[in-house]
This record gives sequence, structure tokens and C-alpha cells, in this order.
Amino acid sequence: MDQAIIIEKGIFIVVIFAITMLFAMYETLAERKIAAWFQDRVGPNRAGKGGILQPLADGLKLFSKEEFFPNTENRFLFIAGPAISMTTALMTSAVIPWGDKLTLFGRDVILQATDINIGMLYVFGVLSVGVYGIMIGGWASNNKFSLMGAMRASSQMISYEVAMGLAIICLVMMTGTLSLGEIAAGQHGWRWNVLYQPVGFIIFLVCSFAETNRTPFDLAECEAELIGGYHTEYSSMKMGFYLFAEYASMFISSTILAVLYFGAYNYPGMDWVESVAGANIANIIGIFVLFAKICFFIFFYMWVRWTIPRFRYDQLMKLGWKMLIPLAIANIIVTGIIILLADQNL
Amino acid sequence: MSIETISLSGRKKEVSNKKMTFAESLYLIAIAKGLWITLKHLFTRSVTIKYPEQTRELSPVYRGQHMLMRDDEGRERCTACGLCALSCPAEAITMKAEERKPEEKHLYREEKYASIYEINMLRCIFCGLCEEACPKQAIYLTTSRVMVKSSSNREDFIYGKEKLVMPLDMAIRNTQMQTAN
Repeated sequence: MDQAIIIEKGIFIVVIFAITMLFAMYETLAERKIAAWFQDRVGPNRAGKGGILQPLADGLKLFSKEEFFPNTENRFLFIAGPAISMTTALMTSAVIPWGDKLTLFGRDVILQATDINIGMLYVFGVLSVGVYGIMIGGWASNNKFSLMGAMRASSQMISYEVAMGLAIICLVMMTGTLSLGEIAAGQHGWRWNVLYQPVGFIIFLVCSFAETNRTPFDLAECEAELIGGYHTEYSSMKMGFYLFAEYASMFISSTILAVLYFGAYNYPGMDWVESVAGANIANIIGIFVLFAKICFFIFFYMWVRWTIPRFRYDQLMKLGWKMLIPLAIANIIVTGIIILLADQNL
Repeated sequence: MSIETISLSGRKKEVSNKKMTFAESLYLIAIAKGLWITLKHLFTRSVTIKYPEQTRELSPVYRGQHMLMRDDEGRERCTACGLCALSCPAEAITMKAEERKPEEKHLYREEKYASIYEINMLRCIFCGLCEEACPKQAIYLTTSRVMVKSSSNREDFIYGKEKLVMPLDMAIRNTQMQTAN
């Protein structure tokens, strides 16, 4: 391996990390602004122009708060909880294809930290580890509300992972690959997966809401019943890490939605742009297209949050096990039949 | 027509507890409807009044900060009769009367004046009854847009004569305008 590729990947990883953090930071502002607009209010507008410095003010405030430790024997786990949450939220971005390759200084720069051939399984694996952040934090808090919130979160995440996996199987059947890079490249131009897998997309969307613990599935932090859920006992920046991890994972899950179903960096007319302006320009536009899609999904997350009230716990389980899983299995069968028929026609 | 079927507003809806169908229990149609409603709110104007920069429109009969008036020679009108304090439903007004000395004739119109005159702004409800009760036309509620300033100290809300009596230059200006007319 030559040194250049290490430098190239190093720079790339730092840039992706910075972008994820920046997005997570400004999502907190966007959430408050969008919430305000949905409720015919103005939203934060005092820190900087239009509230642009609000996330910095929030961060500063969280840092200067008192660091509180509950009376618990698991002090190490108490600190590990938010750390695991944050790490898993950031780890997924390693396999995401942020764009097609660019040609810089005579080198082909692939805009993906690593294209492992089981990228999809990696995403699932990391998402599953995300349960531990919440579970460990709730357990180590030595507080029954925290523990109940953590229990809810973990059972919810495990239940919805099943339906999510089943929704993904249809996609894998269609594309015949688990590599995110190949899935993204396969959606060239207008051949976005959402057009072939609308049901699978809806199931995946609902499940990603559950996986990120966002409204209407935010039972883990249901303040009406559980005070603050798993982060009741947390304060200062450890609390900030939990909140930050939620926004980071929201960004990542929006990215995965865009990559898997909404054509990643592909946009209609990209061949024409490539023939007119060259491959580099076409691919740079592709990166912006991907980020536009990500922004749309982030907006959609917030839009749903300020529309739908929280589900009751039994409704949540019923939706997961009795509605989404049968629907996903039916989707697999239908997809299988169609693939079989299409193969025989050829 | 039985009483159950009458709907005066025309918006009456029967609440039913029927079982949801599979399509309904996926909530997708209901959620789409909800999203449409919130999307419409995204484009409606916000109702917020950004307070320090904008102020709410005040009505023409708005009653603001009190003022103890001076007459056209700049003398305080108040004679400390106590009728305003008596009429005040919130018991916000207190005063202490004092006899006017001969050398103070240019300061006070009547032979008796209020040496202390205090209104507790935390109690005042701005009803204007003091203004109605005053026989000397000494106390008025102005249309000043200045609201009572916030403070962390209760004592700061007891307004004394230094805040209530009409400023001298304002009295001079009023007199000049009257003589010009």
C-alpha cells in the first residue's frame, strides 16, 4: 500500500467526521427552527443572525453545567454509555459512498472510506451495538426510570431491526449485492430503488424512525411517563453527548435512506452533464445531490416529529410485530415472484 | 329529532370504537393527512411579536403609566386628599400629607400636599379609578408605551414621586403651547 492512499483516506475520514459533526450541530438548531415554523412561531433568533450561533451557545452552556454523578457503583459504565452511543452513531459513516470517484492530481479518489463487500451487514451490526449505549447508560444510572427507558429502547430497537432486515432482503434480492458502493452505483440516473421497492422503502423508513429513537417512537425518553428515560441522571456534556448522538445518528440514517432507496449520488441527466462538463464536475454535483437528499430526509424526520404524537407501548409493539413484519415478508414473496418472472422472460 | 342528533355547530362527530382495518392500523393515511396539515402551517405567517423590537398595537383607550400632573404654573396639583387611595381596588396607592409652608407656594397649588406618594406597580391593575376619583385632576393614566420595567427586587416596583410627578420641562412645554394657542 502506498503512502498516498493513507493520506488520502486520512483526510477523507477527517472531512467526513467534521461534516457529520457540523450536521449534528446544526440539526439541533434546525429542529428548533422547524418546530417553531410548524407551530407558527419564530424560533431561536437571538444568538447571531437568525440564531446561527445557537448551537455554539448550547454547547457552551452544556460544558459549563455541573457534572453530576448519581450514587452508582458502575461509574465506568455510566461514562461509557454516552461514549458508546456517540461512537456507534459515527461509525456507520465508514461504509457510506458519498459520491462517485473524483480524479485529483492524476489519482482516482474514491469517495468512500472503505467499500467492504458486506457494507449492509456492517451497518446493521453497528446499529445493533447502538442499543448498548442506551442500555448501559440506563443500567448504570441506578434509577428505575432510566432502566425502564433503556428496556423500552432496547426491546423497541431489537423488534424493529427484524422488520428492517426483512425490508433490506428485498433490496439485496434485486441488486444481488451487499456492498453499499455497488448498490449506489446500480441506481444510475433515474433507476432509484424506491421506484422498484416502494413498500420496502416505507417499512425501512418506519424502522429507521424506531432505530434512531425519534418521535413517534421515542418511548425511551418519554418525559410524561419516564421523566427523561435513559438520560434522566445525565447532566453536563454527557447529556449533550446523548443528544448529540441522536442527531448524528439521524444524519447517518438519513444518509442510509438516501443511499439505499433514493439513488445516493445519482441524479437524472448525469450522463449528459458528464459528456458536457467532464466526469469530475458531474460527480461533484452528485455529492451535492446526495447532501440535498440527506437534508430532505432530516427535514422529514423533524416534520414527522412535530406532526405525530408518541405511540403507546403496546401500539408500538403491535405495529412492529403484527403489521410491519408480515408486510415485509409479503414484500419478499412478491419481489421473489417478480424477479423469477422477469428472469424467465429474458 | 332526539337530542343526540342535534348539532348546533355542525361539527358534531360520533366517536366510534370500532376495530381498525389493516390499512388503518398501519396509520399511513392518517399520518399523510397529518403531515399535510403541518406542512400548511410551515407556510403560514408566525404570530410572534418580537417584543423589544416590535410592540403590540395599543388600543386608543389604553391606560399606561400614572402621572401626577402640574398646573400651568408648574405647581403640583395633588392635595393629598386620599380619594385615589380610597378608590383603588388593588390598594396600590399610599401617601403622606403635609402642610404647605409659605415659601413653598410656587411648588404646590393647594395648602396641603403629598410629601410621599407611592404606587406599588406590582399591585396596580391599571383600572383608572384613581383618575376618576381625583377631585383636583392631579393623577392621570398616560398613554405612554413604557411598560413597568422588570427587576429582581420588589422594592423597585414601588414608584415614588420622583417617578410619578410630571417632569418640569414637560410642564413648561405644555404651558408654552397653551399660551401660544
